[in-house]
Amino acid sequence: MTSSLGEPNAIAITFFLVFIALSLVITAWAARRTKTADQFYTAGGSVTAFQNGLALAGDFMSAASFLGIAGLVALSGFDGLIYSIGWLVGWPIVMFLIAEPLRNLGRYTFADVLAARLRQKPIRIAASIGSLAVIAFYLIAQMVGAGNLIRLLFGLPYEAAVVIVGVVMLAYVLFGGMIATTWVQIVKAVLLLGGATLLAGLVLARFDFNLFALFAKAAEQYGTGVLSPGRQVSDPIDAVSLGLALMLGTAGLPHILMRFYTVRDARTARTSVGYATAFIGFFYLLTFILGFGAMVLIGRDAITAIDAGGNMAAPLLAEGVGGTPFLGFISAVAFATILAVVAGLTLSGAATLSHDLWVNVVRGDKADQREQLLVARGATVLLAIVSIVLGIAFQGQNVAYMVGLAFAIAASANFPALVLSIFWSRLTTAGAQSSMFVGTAAALLLIYASPTIQIDILHNTNAWFPLRNPGIVSIPLSFAVAIGVSLLWPVSSEARKFTELERQLHLGLE
Amino acid sequence: MPTLSPLEAVSAARWRVAISLTIAMMVVYFGFILLVAFNKPLLGTLLAEGLSLGMLLGVLVIIVAWMLTWFYIRWANTHYDASLARLRVPAAREGSR
Repeated sequence: MTSSLGEPNAIAITFFLVFIALSLVITAWAARRTKTADQFYTAGGSVTAFQNGLALAGDFMSAASFLGIAGLVALSGFDGLIYSIGWLVGWPIVMFLIAEPLRNLGRYTFADVLAARLRQKPIRIAASIGSLAVIAFYLIAQMVGAGNLIRLLFGLPYEAAVVIVGVVMLAYVLFGGMIATTWVQIVKAVLLLGGATLLAGLVLARFDFNLFALFAKAAEQYGTGVLSPGRQVSDPIDAVSLGLALMLGTAGLPHILMRFYTVRDARTARTSVGYATAFIGFFYLLTFILGFGAMVLIGRDAITAIDAGGNMAAPLLAEGVGGTPFLGFISAVAFATILAVVAGLTLSGAATLSHDLWVNVVRGDKADQREQLLVARGATVLLAIVSIVLGIAFQGQNVAYMVGLAFAIAASANFPALVLSIFWSRLTTAGAQSSMFVGTAAALLLIYASPTIQIDILHNTNAWFPLRNPGIVSIPLSFAVAIGVSLLWPVSSEARKFTELERQLHLGLE
Repeated sequence: MPTLSPLEAVSAARWRVAISLTIAMMVVYFGFILLVAFNKPLLGTLLAEGLSLGMLLGVLVIIVAWMLTWFYIRWANTHYDASLARLRVPAAREGSR
């Protein structure tokens, strides 16, 4: 089968330009409503539960999961399902442990929750390190993915693609702040869910809407092995370790946590996680169908001929069942997907730099609205430049391990301190601080020592650390450090502060 | 045993529900992962043409995640919010002095 993938596709470019034009209109509209720091960081708390549910889904469903999981399923069948599930099961945890207390105790960043009961400056510095590390790796992964993807889809040079993503994303965040980012994420979520549903529908139509006929056909062509666990999970400890990072990492991603401040109250935050969980679960079930559809209708050889990693399975499938116009549409959706995710990441990075580090650490919370907005916007420009430079510098790197690293740091550095600060009265500043430092350092060091870096990338003969995923060591270590340090050097005034805040934790600011 | 203040009682109830549901989710998810890791042939068993036990269980994990979030929302909307409303009442009176 010949594919027009990789050639400049007039329909794809048209769809893409329509999306850019629409999103810039939204940005211009949002810019007029972005006058205060509150509006810039949280859209003034005016987002509804349903809107935030879609925006959370839009913030979370990255091109890596759309194209990557569909590709993984197309090439290895069942194993792709393990990732889909891992990326969903973090959401109930966010709901049960984090969403409501976070909304009640904080204003703009998750560090607000820690700073509410611990000492401001040291805790915000520590939280910023964890946040910025997560954001940096996630952002690099998205930028490198964007460059490769756009080169494959539209035939644009890699560098041009990275610059376009950086500049458009900068326009959203710089002028439209959280209002524009939210609406870009909502539009993207609707397009992605709609596009994936339509694509899955077209696939199933070939099988008289009988899902099992599709799977049976795949088993007939490639053996029943595609329906059972394969090589992806070879080491049980590594599998659990990956699972822990995916599950608990979601609850430590700064750009996801920040979205809970955009709604009115804790009840709305709760409902919005319900919508997000429903949308994201539905989406991952769809990618499973898309992967099998590509396996059967396009064929593994045709998929790996275009991209060895299988990332082009979904676009090829779109072309196969809907022709060039549908390929154009799905390509534009994939591009929109990247833009929405990088905008969310950049905004949360800007909030960390300006709200946590500048306003609270440097200026001791004495900055007026004008200064806060100015610094937030300066930080946005800085982050956009850094992400473009890093995106180009990391060209050709394997993005999967950087996403894994981002989740591992989020789960090891941010999650333990955050969850203990919400539920454990005896947590101290020193405990939370050391947990965040140790969590970040352990995740980074263990990934560096893992076979992924030592053997696959540096081509050494062996690795000092046997696992590819550090979570099973770094997450318990981070919890142990937080608890150990807090118990060894107790601070009774901080325990009293927890009791004082207990009412606000449940009822919010009254 | 000292009696709990109304706030402490609400706090304890929420913690119990949150931690039980978290543990339930973890048991289901890691149970699935461990089955995948340790008993691949079992999960490869075909239940029908085109459907393996592993696929059925995988989809069930997603459905369990949905059901647990739905259950939490239902519990919180009825019990938790009602307790919070009771906590708020005296504060409102105090505030309107």
